[in-house]
Amino acid sequence: MGALEAVILTIITASTPLLLAAVGELVVERSGVLNLGVEGMMVMGAVCGFAAAYTSGSPYLGIAAGITAGIGMSLLFAFLTQSLVSNQVATGLALTLLGLGLSGLIGEAFTGLPGVKLPKIWIPVLTDIPFIGPILFGQDILVYVSIALTIAVAHVLFKTRIGLVIRAVGGNHHSAHALGYNVIAVRYACIAFGGACAGLAGAYLSLAYTPQWIENMTAGRGWIALALVVFSTWLPRRLAIGAYLFGTVWIMGLYVQGLGIGIPSQFLSSLPYLVTIVALVVISGNRTLTKVNTPACIGQPFVPDR
Amino acid sequence: MRKLLAIAVGLAMTLAVSAAGAADKLKIGFIYVGPVGDHGWTYQHDQGRLAIEKAFGDKVETTFVEKVAEGPDAERAITRLARQGAGLIFTTSFGFMDPTIKVAKRFPKVKFEHATGFKRADNVATYSSRFYEGRYVIGQIAAKMSKSGVAGYVASFPIPEVVRGINAFMLGAQSINPDFKVKVVWVNSWFDPGKEADAAKVMIGQGADIITQHTDSTAPLQIAQEQGAVGFGQASDMMKFAPKAQLTAIIDDWSEYYVNRTKAALDGSWKADDTWGGMGDKMVVMAAFTNMPDDVKKMAEETTAKITSGEFHPFTGPIYKQDGSLAVKEGEVLDDGVLLGMNWYVKGIDDKLPN
Repeated sequence: MGALEAVILTIITASTPLLLAAVGELVVERSGVLNLGVEGMMVMGAVCGFAAAYTSGSPYLGIAAGITAGIGMSLLFAFLTQSLVSNQVATGLALTLLGLGLSGLIGEAFTGLPGVKLPKIWIPVLTDIPFIGPILFGQDILVYVSIALTIAVAHVLFKTRIGLVIRAVGGNHHSAHALGYNVIAVRYACIAFGGACAGLAGAYLSLAYTPQWIENMTAGRGWIALALVVFSTWLPRRLAIGAYLFGTVWIMGLYVQGLGIGIPSQFLSSLPYLVTIVALVVISGNRTLTKVNTPACIGQPFVPDR
Repeated sequence: MRKLLAIAVGLAMTLAVSAAGAADKLKIGFIYVGPVGDHGWTYQHDQGRLAIEKAFGDKVETTFVEKVAEGPDAERAITRLARQGAGLIFTTSFGFMDPTIKVAKRFPKVKFEHATGFKRADNVATYSSRFYEGRYVIGQIAAKMSKSGVAGYVASFPIPEVVRGINAFMLGAQSINPDFKVKVVWVNSWFDPGKEADAAKVMIGQGADIITQHTDSTAPLQIAQEQGAVGFGQASDMMKFAPKAQLTAIIDDWSEYYVNRTKAALDGSWKADDTWGGMGDKMVVMAAFTNMPDDVKKMAEETTAKITSGEFHPFTGPIYKQDGSLAVKEGEVLDDGVLLGMNWYVKGIDDKLPN
């Protein structure tokens, strides 16, 4: 395996969890809800995914458990913010704290156990093609899922009726309500989708990225996903670019260090953030377009008048 | 509101009761930088805490705060432990140094112990292990076992402690293969399994077939196993994470030190001194030498024995700095002062030290 191939493979595994978590949050925010609990849902997905996979021996059950855990956490958030109309920012932050604490508790029995690794797919002939094979046809399924999800979200949001409703709810919930759409139900569904994606991203960490459970193993990736959503101006395509750009600069930073060129590592560590922000600000330079894409109702509570 | 008040009163009462009940016991607090379940650095400190409980039973009461960020958070966590009546507080990471000194000033009656630092006060002692002794041994093993002659070193922060480890590893490797190369990647974190794994993957891609680390998770070693390289456990025996890849591990054993210090605090002989123990003091222990041929194992055992008996010091001259200048003359040994403040690489390391 050549150095370039290793680097590309590492970039893909580093970018996938970010993309998975971010694409879910993008839908949530498009519906006008700001869920800052991505990190908490993600870490719960990681611990439940690991626990289920370890107990059953099947990484696929682990994935299912991770998704379920993410949905469970997100429904708690949905109930508090949509049904009880609590403050979304505070509730989201609380969800992160809850997730980090609860996952530590659940995971206590699972720390230090060797995990079950999600296998990489292998297609005869195609995967054997040198260089291209392992990169295009030799990933684990979640890598393909993350890409398919991004494309699907882009399609649903902008090409279908459902997407129009979601965007209408996020853009002006009073109008959407007046048109007869159930704002709360739409938001519940979007929040649950976001939870499923965050849980999946967490399961990716504990099943594919580093197959083990360690407390706090998300190490801030949920926050990076949140930032990516904002800087992508809520557009799935830009989000994918942003996630991969972040992953690329992140891994290249390590790569350059390994070459021993002597660029300060602190600078290299901050580079992914800088480059991604600058790049996404540049590509979203069109102010009107950005304004159009920003969900106007984001973070605002909605109480239907009865 | 009335309910809240009732809860507050209830809480205050429980606190008062527990404070009164614990007055005759020595309360010992620990501040950890990572989670207890990291199976590395923090795990070993917690094993030491458990050893105290086992040794003194009812005479002591131990508590810990885990995952404390280095910086202002640490000051708050330490203050809280001191306020809660801890008589002896262990702060177990380099970055807790200044917060420990600050809090110690405000609580002159509380005894503090700071791991791996160099600032002391009337009520602040420091302690550390000579991990570099183990790193010399694994450096020798690495040079014997490597086919490519390149090792990848996942490093945390450029502090003397870590730099000293890299140098000791390199000196050990050079004693076997003078042309041995070490790649260093700084991940700027003590604990980020994902990033540590990425660093290991990247270096294996660049030709390293030995992975070693000065970070706390088991991820780099697991990556080594996955990708057909070998490596070493850090701080704790990580055999069960990588049964085919772990050659040995440098184990930090704090139990004896913690028990001794607790005894001293109980009988009043505690002093704010500095302890820097190594293999000879059983504070640094090598895990079983596995996955290697017998001759390599024999060499490793011999070197370990020599260091343990004090016959050999890893930083014995001649040692040249990276820029070619002589650091230690032949036959002399680098003194502890220089070792503690080490901020230069030995010759042969390609990396440039971040400032």
